Amino acid sequence: MIAGGVPVRLEEIHVRYPGADRAAIDGVSLSIEGGALVVLLGPSGCGKSTLLRTINGLVAPQSGRILIDGREITGVAPEQLRRGIGYVIQAVGLFPHMSVAQNIAVVPELIGWDAAKIRTRTDALLELVRLDPTRYRDRLPRQLSGGEQQRVGVARALAAEPRLLLMDEPFGAVDAIVRLALQDELRRIHEALGTTMLFVTHDVDEALRIADQIVVMRAGQVVQYGSPLHVLARPATPYVAELLDAADSVRRLQLLRSGDAMRPLPSAGAAAGWPHVDAAHTLREALSRLLDGADCVAVDRGDTVAGVLTFDDVRRALAAAA
Amino acid sequence: MLDLALHVRDHLLLAGAALALALLAGLPAGVWAARSDRFRQLALGTINVGRVIPSLAVLALMLPLLGIGFWPALVALTLLAVPPIAINTDIGLRGVPAAMVEAARGLGMTQGQVRARAEWPLALPVVFAGVRTATVEVIASATLAAFIGGGGLGEYILNGLAEADTQQLLEGAVSVSILALGAEALLGALERRLSTSVWGPA
Repeated sequence: MIAGGVPVRLEEIHVRYPGADRAAIDGVSLSIEGGALVVLLGPSGCGKSTLLRTINGLVAPQSGRILIDGREITGVAPEQLRRGIGYVIQAVGLFPHMSVAQNIAVVPELIGWDAAKIRTRTDALLELVRLDPTRYRDRLPRQLSGGEQQRVGVARALAAEPRLLLMDEPFGAVDAIVRLALQDELRRIHEALGTTMLFVTHDVDEALRIADQIVVMRAGQVVQYGSPLHVLARPATPYVAELLDAADSVRRLQLLRSGDAMRPLPSAGAAAGWPHVDAAHTLREALSRLLDGADCVAVDRGDTVAGVLTFDDVRRALAAAA
Repeated sequence: MLDLALHVRDHLLLAGAALALALLAGLPAGVWAARSDRFRQLALGTINVGRVIPSLAVLALMLPLLGIGFWPALVALTLLAVPPIAINTDIGLRGVPAAMVEAARGLGMTQGQVRARAEWPLALPVVFAGVRTATVEVIASATLAAFIGGGGLGEYILNGLAEADTQQLLEGAVSVSILALGAEALLGALERRLSTSVWGPA
């Protein structure tokens, strides 16, 4: 479909809402690599949504510069800017009087694509978010479940092939199981398209699951910026440690792969009778098998046993990641 | 019978003209009220005071200003029809979910596109309900125009009362009822279709 994402640079952004006694964004500078999936994490009121909305011009900062793909956005007409940036919100905001296909086609129509191209694109997007085009194209938003609505919301945001996607707590209103599925889908889509994605959430587990990089925010400022493992292992302040519950070792195990921590099998056939995990599974799952009563867990790659994990291996991997 | 047709025509002409004027005044007033809390309070206050005055009294109050005939009746009926249109326009526009407007803006719609493609289609069923109310009220109340020489089906009722002519009285009363009920049924069906097309079956 499309390839790549644009880098985004924020320089000394200040936002103060009229009548507010303190700044909503208080001097934020941030450099985001093209193609990264970056999560803005923090409690309500920390400024994460406001910061996101400065990037597509829904909020105008009092001072500071925003550069998308090296170009400053002040001076670009806000509507033009937004048509090139995908935007997904928690409330989804599908138009109830338009079909799924018409909703997805909003931005392509605004920028004047022809009908045939829009039709092809709409079907491709429905497939991308795993909704069968023939079944879903002509449905109305009210005929969809919450999870399906948000899939359409994501498809709509990606319609005009943006190289930057902004998401404001997109999965906050769906139930836990659907949320996990949508998070996996988002990772898959991100890997397929390489779009730069900025994702706002207050859900720590969600952030750890999907992020390449996490931006921890508090009171309008960035407190820490780093990979999930880095932020968990080396929280910059007691606030970050508390927010992420960084002392929780099991949480860190969720970020480590069994395949990266395993040792070679001592001998062929030694794994007989051991429980199995996949190399792509997290160490948390391996630990769970060990706690079930096994001394060793066999780690599979495909159909073959590739290695072994014991309590000591898990502990060693955890210490190495700190 | 030809006479009845002429009176029906006059009645509908009067009601239709009043409705057209009321739309011209009520829609912009409603839009303004939806965008400005101050204007909304002012407008609602005025409407509430205005509603206390009976329609017949409004007609009477027009006499010294506009004399008798079609014009004072038109003004009085227009005043009657503006409030439901303005109020429902205000409610309809304010009732558009904030998420819709946020999504529309976020997708890159201009202010005008947000209004034309998101706000108005969603507000329309409620606005239309106001137009329906106004239409039925105006058709029914246009009967009173006969009191000040404004013509219409009210003449049958006035004459019927004056001459104790039950047949004439009923001709007028039944005709007005049929017109009002017919408008109610027709516009009500349209309104349900509109609402269903936006929000789904109730």
